[in-house]
Amino acid sequence: MTTLPAKTDKKLGLVIDLDTCVGCHACVISCKGWNTENYGAPLSDQNAYGADNSGTFLNRVHSYEVQPDVGAAQLIHFPKSCLHCEDAPCVTVCPTGASYKRVEDGIVLVNESDCIGCGLCAWACPYGARELDQAEGVMKKCTLCVDRIYNENLPEEDREPACVRTCPSNARHFGDLGDPDSAVSQLVAERGGMDLMPEQGTKPVNQYLPPRPKDTLPDAGHEFDVLAPFLEPIATEPKGFLSWLDKTLEKF
Amino acid sequence: MHPAPSVIFFTTFSGLGFGLLIWLGIGMPAVTGWTAFAFFAIAYVMAVGGLLASTFHLGRPERAIKAFSQWRSSWLSREAWCAVGALVLMGLYGAGLVFLETRFALLGLIGAALSLATVFTTSMIYTQLKTIPRWNMPLTPVKFISFSIAGGALLAGQVSIAIVLLLLAGAIQLLTWMQGDKAFAASGTTMATATGLGATGSVRAFEPPHTGTNYLLREFVHVVGRKHAAKLRIISLLLMVVVPVILLMLPFSHILGVLALVSHVAGVLTARWLFFAEAEHVVGLYYGKR
Repeated sequence: MTTLPAKTDKKLGLVIDLDTCVGCHACVISCKGWNTENYGAPLSDQNAYGADNSGTFLNRVHSYEVQPDVGAAQLIHFPKSCLHCEDAPCVTVCPTGASYKRVEDGIVLVNESDCIGCGLCAWACPYGARELDQAEGVMKKCTLCVDRIYNENLPEEDREPACVRTCPSNARHFGDLGDPDSAVSQLVAERGGMDLMPEQGTKPVNQYLPPRPKDTLPDAGHEFDVLAPFLEPIATEPKGFLSWLDKTLEKF
Repeated sequence: MHPAPSVIFFTTFSGLGFGLLIWLGIGMPAVTGWTAFAFFAIAYVMAVGGLLASTFHLGRPERAIKAFSQWRSSWLSREAWCAVGALVLMGLYGAGLVFLETRFALLGLIGAALSLATVFTTSMIYTQLKTIPRWNMPLTPVKFISFSIAGGALLAGQVSIAIVLLLLAGAIQLLTWMQGDKAFAASGTTMATATGLGATGSVRAFEPPHTGTNYLLREFVHVVGRKHAAKLRIISLLLMVVVPVILLMLPFSHILGVLALVSHVAGVLTARWLFFAEAEHVVGLYYGKR
């Protein structure tokens, strides 16, 4: 059914920290790896080793330059995948019922055996989260690694989306954003998490944590060394036996 | 948006075909026998041909039948129902006219209403998309319907009505362009809202996520098409409204009528190409493009 559920039991989603993402694209690769080998049709590439190569990805990392009115520009790495919107416009446009939002956890999925590849859901998504696989002719999108997060054959620590599991800078967090006491919800509250394109009215579940302001450098001319404090002796005056030895040796 | 030929053909010819069915359904012209057969054949070739063309852009056309299932939420599904309903009822109505020389008036009226509904549902597929501000306005269905019934009147040989409707459709097209040009800015979606980084400073796309192209850029970011937009608007308006109206105002002959129709179809195809090529999808903002 492509009507949206009035309410979902959970709102599983991602919190992406734009302050700590280093733009390494590890999440892109781990996503492609897991989702090519597991749920649904593989994510195909076209002309992968030729001049005009392209392929299907469920997660991509953009980079933006942000120039404040005063001060230095910041480079922000910006991972983007499906935001599993509460009012997902991609679901209601689907003519076949292939696109749906799960009542139990709010994950937006595509039933690939029902998809006719009309592409309308990709037209309706403002975030570019859906890509039509050119080999399979069906729509591909982030599944929030639904085949990992409930998978009892995996060790406990692996039961989270591949992108979150692999992120070396801990810029991606996974949890229930519908539960105000969850770690992700508290992180969002603490850091002022934001919606992308709120004016589109999609009510995205995934939240982005804004980058922190850049550190200010000490005044020019004033010498500073960030490592110096670590090189200072921990105990300045020896005590006990060392103190006696020190004093005794001083006498000679 | 990528102006896919299949979708341009589909919207243009199914619009004309269902437009003609609307006029036939209300009995204008009140034809029977072989004359009716000719009119219905033209309408069905256009409407069915257009619908078939639309299946060419599907990734999995063999599953197209599944598109009937979600009429509660999906305009595409509603369109499928309206189109089949209109074609079946108008087929029965046409059979009555052709073979029994009898006009089942009520059947014709319901068929005409369903034909109109088909054009409306087609237009709503585009109108509903908030992601494409140029399409997301009440004028879009008005435009689709006005061109469908004007082109239908032209096909149905309703000369005096066609002149008025063509001029009206042309005026609505002009309004659509004027309002559409402001739509993206009015939507409030910018690179700042797309990235959420606007509070920090001015945002510039530094590097895209991939070195080559991808589905999103091919489908949604079509910059080349807008280069000659102003010239193409004038050409399309001349072809679809001005030339046919002048030809229709001359003393009537079938040759002039056919020329008016050919000109109109060429103009609508041009305008429909622009409808897609000019439309900007908000996802382009993530790439610093529109």
